[in-house]
Amino acid sequence: MAMVEMAGKQLDLDEDGYLTNLEQWDKQVADALAKTEGIEMSEAHWEVVNFLRDYYAEFKIAPMIRILTKEIGKKLGKEKGNTKYLYELYPGGPAKQACKIAGLPKPTGCV
Amino acid sequence: MAKTDFEIPKLEHPVKIPAIMEGASSHLSIHPANEQMKTKLGFPEKRVDNWQETAIAKLGELKDKYRSLKIFLDVCVKCGSCADKCHYFLGTGDPNNMPVARQELMRKVYRKNFTIGGKLFGSLARAEDLTEEVLKEWVTYFHQCSQCRRCSVFCPFGIDTAEITMAAREIMDSIGVGHKYSLEIIGKVHDTGNNLGIPKPALTSTLEFLEEDVKETTGADVKFPLDVEGAEVLMVVPSADFFSSPHVDSLVGYAKVFHAAGVSFTFSSHASEFANFGMFVGNYAQMQKIAGRIVQAAHDLKVKRIVVGECGHAWRVAYSFWNTLVGPFDFLDQAHPAPQHICEFTNGLIKRGALKLDKSANDEFTVTFHDSCNVARASRMGDTPGGQFEIPREILKATCNKYVEMPEEVNRERTFCCGGGGGLLTDELMELRVKGAAPKAAALKEMMDEKGVNVMAMICAICKAQFTKVLPYYDIPMETVGGVHQFVSNAIQLGDK
Repeated sequence: MAMVEMAGKQLDLDEDGYLTNLEQWDKQVADALAKTEGIEMSEAHWEVVNFLRDYYAEFKIAPMIRILTKEIGKKLGKEKGNTKYLYELYPGGPAKQACKIAGLPKPTGCV
Repeated sequence: MAKTDFEIPKLEHPVKIPAIMEGASSHLSIHPANEQMKTKLGFPEKRVDNWQETAIAKLGELKDKYRSLKIFLDVCVKCGSCADKCHYFLGTGDPNNMPVARQELMRKVYRKNFTIGGKLFGSLARAEDLTEEVLKEWVTYFHQCSQCRRCSVFCPFGIDTAEITMAAREIMDSIGVGHKYSLEIIGKVHDTGNNLGIPKPALTSTLEFLEEDVKETTGADVKFPLDVEGAEVLMVVPSADFFSSPHVDSLVGYAKVFHAAGVSFTFSSHASEFANFGMFVGNYAQMQKIAGRIVQAAHDLKVKRIVVGECGHAWRVAYSFWNTLVGPFDFLDQAHPAPQHICEFTNGLIKRGALKLDKSANDEFTVTFHDSCNVARASRMGDTPGGQFEIPREILKATCNKYVEMPEEVNRERTFCCGGGGGLLTDELMELRVKGAAPKAAALKEMMDEKGVNVMAMICAICKAQFTKVLPYYDIPMETVGGVHQFVSNAIQLGDK
């Protein structure tokens, strides 16, 4: 674990760069985390992050990718409701990279 | 695909033996487990003060407990048959990734402490103390073995490097040196019943989503029941099936098969994980505790049978170890194998003509099959030798018109690991994973170019996750990866049941 100064805050990040204290997350932190991943946050990026955060607030876990793609399809158009589009937004994977930017813990297991 | 700061191997099939590059993968190391992860599993929170003494005592205990380990440490004659058989050696060129050299990391310590020659003649007898430097090599290179057992197929004595790696990890855990990836996951299984840490409300909601989704796409009322007492079958799957793609497509396939067969089944929130990472860290007690959840769930839900999903190492644990770990299974219906693999279950139905299949539903695919290590080399399936190879292939041939076999040097018991097995499916080892996948990716690429293959099917959650992540490094699309039951799911005709 390491303390890193980002978006004007001292952030606790784990070895993979995920927030260990989820309370520290805000939009500026998300922007800063996205930059470390080489991502410029667009409206579409935010749709993903917002949905992940809402789902996490309810269920304490990130959603199944299929649930996420369907939701994005509803919000941004059916042609975008697929894994391929999510990987275009988040080349490091919608589960891992988008979770990092959304301030969620890293999904563990065979994923 | 993320950017890389390492060289991506050129794919060549058959794979070329690389020039030896001393220390080529010595920089690839693991994230250590934190104190909380270790103490949760009963391991020391920090490296113990007398770690050398403790480690040697543990090695002594393990070699006495597991006769195989002692034999493997004693019998190697350095013939070199294994030297070019490891995907990590082939991918990295690091000589410590030759199986014989990996074994030697433990063998030299064993000789020093447990053989007369080693005690008397030290380095002349290739014996060495467990020094700080040697421990560092252990941490590095025993986390560059995916326990795939390919080397053991070619060893004239059948020396199993996987068993040595498991013992090494068990010894390291016992002195307070552990890998975050595996230990964190084992802790989550104890807390939530699955590796991902999916709580019951999330699991319920996920399964409801799938019911609606399948209803929308097929019109059929395929059920995904959870914690239903009195169901005939307890279905236990790797939790990645509840989360990832393409894993979920196989999950849908299992449910459709049960629906079409008219067999009632249930998932369990207590045992929402088939994977058993206790094996990866060589820890019998952890393996037993994790497997015990499944037996508990079977009792609680009063099921007659246990059927398990597409997960390679867990099939080894179930097929080869469950009976001694958590058996006997005499409380289940003895007319069926316990446990039974979903592929056995489905193939049995296909052979009886009990499933209506429309192969043309898979006509856009030319399919090949990837044998996953733990299924291929550490278990069987069905009631005939080689069933673990034939049963999944029979399913694919029954559901797809275009099926192509992989080249024999990378097929069946000679299959190459995906590069992410054995507890190495973790991001800090991405370079190793990409390089280790090269031999199998090269064979796949050749099949794609020459035979028009566009999908590789498999029955392992780790293989699926690993290949979807690393194949894009080789310009092979992630959609090339599929589960066997995904093709069943496409072809199956559900009717009005």
